[in-house]
Amino acid sequence: MRTKNTILFSLISTFFLIFLISIWKILATLQGLSINSFNIEIIFIFGLLISLAHLGIGDRIKSIYKSIIFSSIFVFCDGYLIQKLPIWYNVGVFLILYFFINKISKYTFIGLKEEHSTQVILFDFLTLFGILFFSFVILFPFYMMLVTSFKTQIALLVNPLDFSINFGQDIKGLFKSYFVIFKSYKFGKYIAISTIVSVGTVIITLLFAIPAAYAVARLNFFGKTFLSTSILIIYMFPAIVLVIPLYTIFSQLGLRNSIEGLLIVYTATTLPVAIYMLQGYFKSIPKELEEAAILDKLSWFGIITKIIIPLSIPAISSVALYVFMIAWNEFLFSLMFLDNPNSFTLSRAIQYLSGDAETPRQYLMAGSVVVTLPVLFIFVYFEKYLVSGLTAGSVKG
Amino acid sequence: MNDTLANTEKKTAYILTLPAVLLVFSIILFPIFANIWISFKEVELKDIRIPEPRAKKIVKSISDEPTKIKILYKLRNSSLIQEIRDVSFQDNFPKNFEIENLDPRCSYEKYNLKCEFGNWPAKYRENFQVIFQTNDGSKIDKKNLKTIKPKLDGKSDNILLNTKFTLKNFKKVLFENEFIDLLLTTFYYTFFGTVGSIVFGILTAQMVNQKFYGRTFMRSVLLFPYVAPVVALAYTWELLLDPNSGTLNSLLLNYQIIETPINLLGQKYIEISILGFDFKLRLALTTVIMFEIWRYFPLAFLFILARLQAIPKELYEAADVDGASPFQKFFNITLPQITAVISILFMIRFIWNFNKFEDVFLLTGGASGTRTLPINVYQQGFAISDIGMGSAVSIVIVVLLLMFMFFYFKLLGKRVDEN
Repeated sequence: MRTKNTILFSLISTFFLIFLISIWKILATLQGLSINSFNIEIIFIFGLLISLAHLGIGDRIKSIYKSIIFSSIFVFCDGYLIQKLPIWYNVGVFLILYFFINKISKYTFIGLKEEHSTQVILFDFLTLFGILFFSFVILFPFYMMLVTSFKTQIALLVNPLDFSINFGQDIKGLFKSYFVIFKSYKFGKYIAISTIVSVGTVIITLLFAIPAAYAVARLNFFGKTFLSTSILIIYMFPAIVLVIPLYTIFSQLGLRNSIEGLLIVYTATTLPVAIYMLQGYFKSIPKELEEAAILDKLSWFGIITKIIIPLSIPAISSVALYVFMIAWNEFLFSLMFLDNPNSFTLSRAIQYLSGDAETPRQYLMAGSVVVTLPVLFIFVYFEKYLVSGLTAGSVKG
Repeated sequence: MNDTLANTEKKTAYILTLPAVLLVFSIILFPIFANIWISFKEVELKDIRIPEPRAKKIVKSISDEPTKIKILYKLRNSSLIQEIRDVSFQDNFPKNFEIENLDPRCSYEKYNLKCEFGNWPAKYRENFQVIFQTNDGSKIDKKNLKTIKPKLDGKSDNILLNTKFTLKNFKKVLFENEFIDLLLTTFYYTFFGTVGSIVFGILTAQMVNQKFYGRTFMRSVLLFPYVAPVVALAYTWELLLDPNSGTLNSLLLNYQIIETPINLLGQKYIEISILGFDFKLRLALTTVIMFEIWRYFPLAFLFILARLQAIPKELYEAADVDGASPFQKFFNITLPQITAVISILFMIRFIWNFNKFEDVFLLTGGASGTRTLPINVYQQGFAISDIGMGSAVSIVIVVLLLMFMFFYFKLLGKRVDEN
C-alpha cells in the first residue's frame, strides 16, 4: 500500500511540476527567448527524484534548506547545463521550484500510509492544477489582446512569438495604435455612441421597470400571475428570431441607423429581466412601511420615489450595471440595424474594421482593448452587485 | 368602500405596468407573429423599402432678368419595382411671387403650388419646371428659396401587407439546402457546447469552493470571458489561432509538436487516428465549440458555486466520520445536491446555444462546416437577401425549440414523479 502510494504521489507531483515549468517556458518563449523544447523527459526524472528525495530525507534537514538546495540544483541543470538562459528566467524557475517543494512538504511517509491518501493527494493537486490551468487559459487571450495592441506590424510579422513590449520608446510610439484608431477611425465618436446607447438603455429600462416591478410585487390585479410568468418566458425568446421582422419594420419606419431604434430594442429585450430582478427585491421590503405611507395619503408615485427606490438602491444598481453590460456588449442588433459608419457602436465599429483585410491586427486589438476595458473595470469594481445580477438574470446568453 | 379601494389598486397596477407591457409587446411579441406572417411570403430585401415620391429642387436665376427665377424639380419614384399612385405635390413661395406658366396638373393659390401628378410607374423620372416673377420688382433671394422643401405624398402597395401566401419558403428550407446537415451541425454545436460548459463549470466551482489564497480574485477572473464583449474575444481568438502568424501555431511549431500549421478555424475536417482507428473530426466546428465552452462555462460555474456553498457542512462532516474518500464525497454528496441546478442549466444553455449567432458569425462566418441554423437565418435573409426564407428558418428554430422544451419538461416531470 505504501509503495503504491509513494509511486502515485511522486508521479502526480511530477506531472504538476512539468505543468508549472511548461507554462513558465511558454511565457518565457513569448518574451523572445528561443526555447525550442520543453525537455519533458529531463524534468520528469528531476521531478521524480525531488519528490522521492523529499520523502526519503523527511525532517532530517530543515525544509527551507531542502527547498533551496533542490531548487538550486534544478536551476543549474535546466538553465545552465542544458541551455544557457538569462537570469530572470532562472529566478522564475527557482521560485517555481521553491513553491513546488513547499507544496509537497506536507506529505510524508507516515501520511502516505493513511486511508484514501492517494485520493487526497489527487484532489489537492487537481485543485492546484485547475487554478493554474484556468487562470492561464482565461487570462492568456486578454494578455495577448493587450500586448498585441502595443506592438508594430513589422515586429508582429518578424517574430509572432515575441510579446515583449519595448518600454524604451516614447509614449507616442508605444500607444501608436490607440492614437491611430482615435484619429483615423473615429473611435472617440463610437465610444460616445456606445455610452449614450448603454446609459440611455439603463435609464429607460429603469423608468419602465421600477413601476412595473412594483405593481407585480405589491398590487393585486387581474392578469398578475400571467404577467409574472410570461416575463421569463419572453426573456427566453431568442433574439435571432426577432431580427428579420424588426429589420423589416424598422426599415419601413426609418428607424434603422438611428440611436433611437437601438434604444427601443435594447430596452425591450432587457425589460423582462429587469422587472424580474426588481420585483424579487421589492417583495423583500417590509409592507408596513408602505402602509404607513398610505395613511399619510402618499400616492403610488410618492410611495415608489420616497420609499421603494431609496430602500432598493443595491438591487437597482445591480440591475443598472447588468443592463449596461448587456447594452454595451450587444452585437447582433447593432450588426443588423447599423450600416452607416456615422451611427456605429463600438462593437459594430470593430467588426467593420475587421471586415477590411488590410486593417493591421494591432489596430483591431487596440479597438478590442478599448471596448473591453470599461466592462472589465466595472465588473471588477462592482463585482458584488454584478454577481447577484448575473445569477438572477443569467438566462441571457 | 373596500371595492373602490380594490378598483383603484387595479387601475394603478395597470397604469404602472402598461408602458413596459406595451413596449415588450411591440418589440418582442409582435415581431414573433410578424415572423410567421413573413415566412409565408415571397419577400426579398429590396421589396421591403416603401417606395417614395422624391423631388430635388434646383433654383436657377435667369440672366438679365433679376426679378425672374426658374425652379427645376427633379421628380422620381425611389422604387425600381413598384408604382406609386395618386402622387400629390406641394411647395410654398414668398408672398410676392407670381407664377408665369402654370402646368395643367397644378394650381397656384395663396403662394402655394399644388400639383396632382397621378400615378408614377417604377423607375419613373420627370423634370418639372416652373418660372416665377416677383410682382413688386424686387430681387430674389435664392438661398431662401432653397431652404423651403417641397412636400410629396403618394400611395403604394406594401408587399408585406398583401394577402398572397406561399409554402415555397418552408419547402425550400426543409427539402433543399442540406437541411439535415444544418440540423446536425446545430445539434453538435449546441449539445457539446452545453455539456462542455457544464462540466467545466462543475470543475471550477468545486475548485473555488476549496479554501486557497487569492480565491476571490480567482472568482472574478473566471467570470472574465462571460462579461467581456464577444467582438473583442472572438477577434482575439482568431488572431491566436491564425494559421500564418497566430500565437498558438507559432508556439506549436517552435516546440516541434506540429510540422505544418493547422488552420483551426478554416479547415472542415481533420483526420485523426487513435488506436488504429481512423476517423474524421469536424475541426472548425470543434474549435468553435471550444470557444463556446470557454465563454459560457463561467455561467455554469456561478450557478453551481452558489449551490455548493448552500450545501450543509454537516453532510461532509458525517461523511468524514464514516471514513469516506474525497471521490466518494463528491459522487455521493456533492453531485446529488447539484443535479437540480445542472438540469436547469442544461435547459437554459441548450436553448441559448441553439440560438447563438454572434460567436460563430464572428469566428468563421459560418464557413468550413460551422453553419448553424441561426447563421442560416442571417445568410438567407441578408447575404442572399431572401427575407421570406430567413423568416422561415427562424420559424423552424422556434418550432424545434418548443419541441425540445416539451420533451425536456416531460422527461423532467417523469423523473420528479419517480422520486
